[in-house]
Amino acid sequence: MSTYQAHFRIWRGDPGGGELTDYTVEVHDGEVVLDIVHRLQATQAPDLAVRWNCKAGKCGSCSAEINGRPRLMCMTRMSVFARDEVVTVTPMRAFPVVRDLVTDVSFNYVKAREIPAFVPPAGLGPGEYRMRQEDVDRSQEFRKCIECFLCQDTCHVVRDHEENKEAFAGPRFLMRVAELDMHPLDAAEEAGLDRRRTAQEEHGLGYCNITKCCTEVCPESIRITDNALIPLKERVVDRKYDPLVWLGKTIRRRKA
Amino acid sequence: MRSPGRASIAARHLRTDRWWLSPAATAAGLLAFVAYSTWRAFANAHYYAAPYVSPFYSPCLADNCVPMRGGPNWALFGSWWGLSPALLILVFPLGFRLTCYYYRKAYYRSFWAAPPACAVAEPHRAYTGETRFPLLLQNLHRYFFYAALPVAGILTYDTALTFRDSHYAWGHAGLGTLVFLVNIVLIWAYTLSCHSCRHIVGGRLRHFSKHPVRYRLWTWVGRLNRRHMQLAWASLISVAVCDLYVYLLATGAFDDPRFF
Ligand code: SF4
Ligand code: SF4
Ligand code: FES
Ligand code: FES
Repeated sequence: MSTYQAHFRIWRGDPGGGELTDYTVEVHDGEVVLDIVHRLQATQAPDLAVRWNCKAGKCGSCSAEINGRPRLMCMTRMSVFARDEVVTVTPMRAFPVVRDLVTDVSFNYVKAREIPAFVPPAGLGPGEYRMRQEDVDRSQEFRKCIECFLCQDTCHVVRDHEENKEAFAGPRFLMRVAELDMHPLDAAEEAGLDRRRTAQEEHGLGYCNITKCCTEVCPESIRITDNALIPLKERVVDRKYDPLVWLGKTIRRRKA
Repeated sequence: MRSPGRASIAARHLRTDRWWLSPAATAAGLLAFVAYSTWRAFANAHYYAAPYVSPFYSPCLADNCVPMRGGPNWALFGSWWGLSPALLILVFPLGFRLTCYYYRKAYYRSFWAAPPACAVAEPHRAYTGETRFPLLLQNLHRYFFYAALPVAGILTYDTALTFRDSHYAWGHAGLGTLVFLVNIVLIWAYTLSCHSCRHIVGGRLRHFSKHPVRYRLWTWVGRLNRRHMQLAWASLISVAVCDLYVYLLATGAFDDPRFF
């Protein structure tokens, strides 16, 4: 068992202002950044605010930025840093700060509510849904999401441009649109809801320039860009920008 | 980044790794290719050394093309075209790669710095992404994909022609044949690993279980698609090497080593 003294810099403050504060703190083998933050709370900074829950990378509460990279504090091992490296921890920088490492992530809940829910198919009661595994594989990848909102925090569309928050749902919720559009039983279309058109027109899919930072930071390794956003862009092209598809549809409709 | 309410941190980013390395390397690689291909496309010379034709000049669509026996001469544009015939055909691969989802990521990051790297603030005051003209046109990618298929078909034909010797007798092969083979495999792998292709063969379906063949195709394309970035670079390099090989033969820099 080896122990050393690490140099931490933690952002302390509130919406009125704040600064990076230096700490020297003990680190033991096998610890993660969240352990160190807890040790600081226990020994030097009892009023240090931090949000956490599971310490197992499953609740999505402990999102922060460590050496400038959005990550889960409980899943970032201290062994990835050199012993003499300064470890800087800040709250997520795309959301309003509450205090210290805690941010107000309600932007994401607003966006979540803007996505129309699953539309149950007519004539099937609860318990009567039958789906083939290959038809739900794609959606299941997206359901691994733990809602840590690291992707929302990293996405430059809103991180660097507060004014886009209104128009842009963010990767996590565009992925939700993709999930429902790929769902084998979702009856949105029958109910007159066009998820593809609204992805572009109401949820801001066009703002995404597929630069893949959401994918890079996702702790669940969901391939957000390749499997949700790009397929959704292609689906939008089907609906809005493909004359061949449009022609085929018109002819088929005539025949019917 | 510094909007009111957010944590007041002055730095544009706090990353300590070498985040600039990847966009810098990408920019260098792309610039090198653009410089090389511009020179070669405008050169209008040294693109044929029997039996090899440079992929930059194939198919050759004007009257002013070098006649290539059995080769991809196809004077659609007749004699009024006075510039390099490469310019006529290169529009298609250029459009295909410019609108490719991978290259978009590459140049948005390395040339436009939107964003330069993850969690590194971009320098632009406003951002509208691909919501407006001209970037809205990126949605045309699938048409360039359709156009890329016949082009790849013609390059496959050119590769078949490399199984001749310089007197057009069949059943021979040289080092150039090998270069062309590697190139055409990479070109096809890149083309078929395209995200639009993945969508067209099966991605647009809702019920894979009702379309087993398309589901199988989608799975295969998906497997290639995971390597799309690597294939984009490999095929970019191979096409340049192919052209360079023809250039060296045509200028007489060396003779094609023959295997049989
Ligand atoms: S790929 Fe799109 S959604 Fe994901 S971070 Fe980049 S711009 Fe945002
Ligand atoms: S998609 Fe990944 S990064 Fe985004 S909220 Fe879900 S788990 Fe977090
Ligand atoms: S504490 Fe639950 S994800 Fe880190
Ligand atoms: S060629 Fe890259 S996505 Fe189509």
